[in-house]
Amino acid sequence: MTDDILISARNLSVRFPLSGGLLSEKTYVHAVEDVSIDIEKGKFFGLVGESGSGKTTLGRALLLANPITHGEVSYSDGDVDYDLRSLTRQQRRDYYSRAQLIFQDPYAALSPRMTVRDIIAEPLEVMKLTSSRRETDERVREIAAKCRLNLEHLRRFPHAFSGGQRQRISIARALVSRPRFVVADESVAALDVSIQADILNLLKSIQRDLGLTFLFISHDLSVVAHTCDHVALMYFGRLVETAPTRELFAAPKHPYTKALLSAIPSLDPDDRGQVQKLEGEIPSQTNPPPGCKFQTRCPFAIDVCRRDEPALEMVEDRHRVACHRWKELEGTVPSALEVRAES
Amino acid sequence: MKPLLDIRDLTLQFDTDEGRLTAVENFSVSLGRGQILGLVGESGSGKSVTAKSLMRLNSGNAVYGEQTKITLHLDDGPVDIMSLRTNRQLKVVRGGSISMIFQEPMASFAPALTIGDQMVEQLLIHTGMSKDEARRHSIEMLDRVGIADAAKRFGQYAFELSGGMRQRAMIAMALSTHPKLLIADEPTTALDVTIQAQVIDLMKDLVKEFGMAIIFITHDLGVIAQTADHVAVMYLGRLIEHGPVREVIRNPTHPYTKGLLAALPKLSDLDAPLTPVAGDIPSPLERPAGCVFQTRCPSVIGNVCLTEVPEFRECGANHVAACHLIGAGGDTP
Repeated sequence: MTDDILISARNLSVRFPLSGGLLSEKTYVHAVEDVSIDIEKGKFFGLVGESGSGKTTLGRALLLANPITHGEVSYSDGDVDYDLRSLTRQQRRDYYSRAQLIFQDPYAALSPRMTVRDIIAEPLEVMKLTSSRRETDERVREIAAKCRLNLEHLRRFPHAFSGGQRQRISIARALVSRPRFVVADESVAALDVSIQADILNLLKSIQRDLGLTFLFISHDLSVVAHTCDHVALMYFGRLVETAPTRELFAAPKHPYTKALLSAIPSLDPDDRGQVQKLEGEIPSQTNPPPGCKFQTRCPFAIDVCRRDEPALEMVEDRHRVACHRWKELEGTVPSALEVRAES
Repeated sequence: MKPLLDIRDLTLQFDTDEGRLTAVENFSVSLGRGQILGLVGESGSGKSVTAKSLMRLNSGNAVYGEQTKITLHLDDGPVDIMSLRTNRQLKVVRGGSISMIFQEPMASFAPALTIGDQMVEQLLIHTGMSKDEARRHSIEMLDRVGIADAAKRFGQYAFELSGGMRQRAMIAMALSTHPKLLIADEPTTALDVTIQAQVIDLMKDLVKEFGMAIIFITHDLGVIAQTADHVAVMYLGRLIEHGPVREVIRNPTHPYTKGLLAALPKLSDLDAPLTPVAGDIPSPLERPAGCVFQTRCPSVIGNVCLTEVPEFRECGANHVAACHLIGAGGDTP
């Protein structure tokens, strides 16, 4: 492992027991299966997928908010090196202050009974990171200013704020413990477009100022394209493709990536209907298809796809794809960007 | 020929504990048969309550302005929607000639009734079909919207269907009475992009087939570009720009429309910085005087914006915007 990797996961799996017990055989939902990723220090790492693809579960597993069933995860920020599967109680507490989560819905994530100051201060108090109320207040004001909150608003309650302001409060709360690693789970999905850009710019500038590492979970590819340095795409709990953002958008290899990119509605009214349509929906977790999990919707599936699950293959240095046929399919389907550039 | 729907001076206020707040002000738009109108705006802009006014579904504290006139021109004569009183009279706009599909398909089906029960019920209310005919027609509609094994799905409950399938069933239900106008309130927002593409395709096919008009409410300009013929942009209860979809998206005139388009992350240019529209939408209790957008507008030209409500001005073929900046050339600087 090199020095610039903050989090490295190897063959990570998260399974949840579904039913069964003493007499019947236990069945599991394989929410995340055999995922290996390296998250570089000081970068925006995007995790993309449709609902049910396991992106949130993976994000939470890296925060130790979900149990990890299999695999290795290591964390190394220069001060400490942790093997996340075997932490002592004290290390675990320390890790919680180094890794934080920003939630999706700014309306549900803030307690209506606490003032903004108390909301932001709570992590400091719970984790006992400050020794006096004055120090707490100082930290709260410092981070609130960074998140462009009006300091006079700290005494107010969340109901007085709009969606964008609430999201800034959530961000301040996540950052007050001075984490090194932040998981932003659909943090702009609930916001209007006009505000969304503001929050994205804020996250970017904070990330640069504080040298943070972000895991940015989103279903919105255009947002990810504009924010992230590296993208990993998930489908049915598996990693299907991972690459530096530009490369992924310019030269996607997996049929699913291509379909997803072309399904984004184009802003050009004359560019209607030039998309590669995907039939069907994500298969049921209780009855997973054999072989490649995408074969039920893939227009290019052949026998081998229905039989063997593809492994991640290297395309280029940091570009990997899990598809049996990615080489043959190259060039057969233009990427969404090419289609758009031509029209 | 008369348009299908004509909304004139819709003003809608709500009586609340904090006083009477204005949700929609002097909103006028008309819509022809078989046309798709995209209604765009951020949350709080009044797009949903505007649509609900057409079915008179707003809650009891809603107060409509005296000038408000909404006319639905049907084959057998015009219907003055504001004058409808009894449930019997309202039937024509509630599922008869106007149907609505909602954002969250899980929340819009009754959980304790099967999909089929709910589809049959409305057909019995709105058409002269017998129970058996209604059943056959419902299964046929489910089949038409691309639900495999329609007869089996007919007997299932909403929770047994996936999100995309529920939205299809919702569409099948809304269309089974053959409405003249379909109101689709954020129908694809809760869906994944690949499913969204399927649903948009389906809706476009059905418009062609049934020849109905659609009011498509969304905050996603990409979806609008792909579906609508005309766009109406709302801000804080006011219509601020209206025109053919190509015109509005290619030559946005109102600073808000421009801001909205600039704030959108574009795949075609990953280097372009994202420019947010500064500030937040004001509370409806503190509606600004003059132009509603003046508190966030980057190009306020002085007192006139702060005190006078801008009139609609022509800025292209069938393209109007309400902004003081529009000069003789029909454009904003």
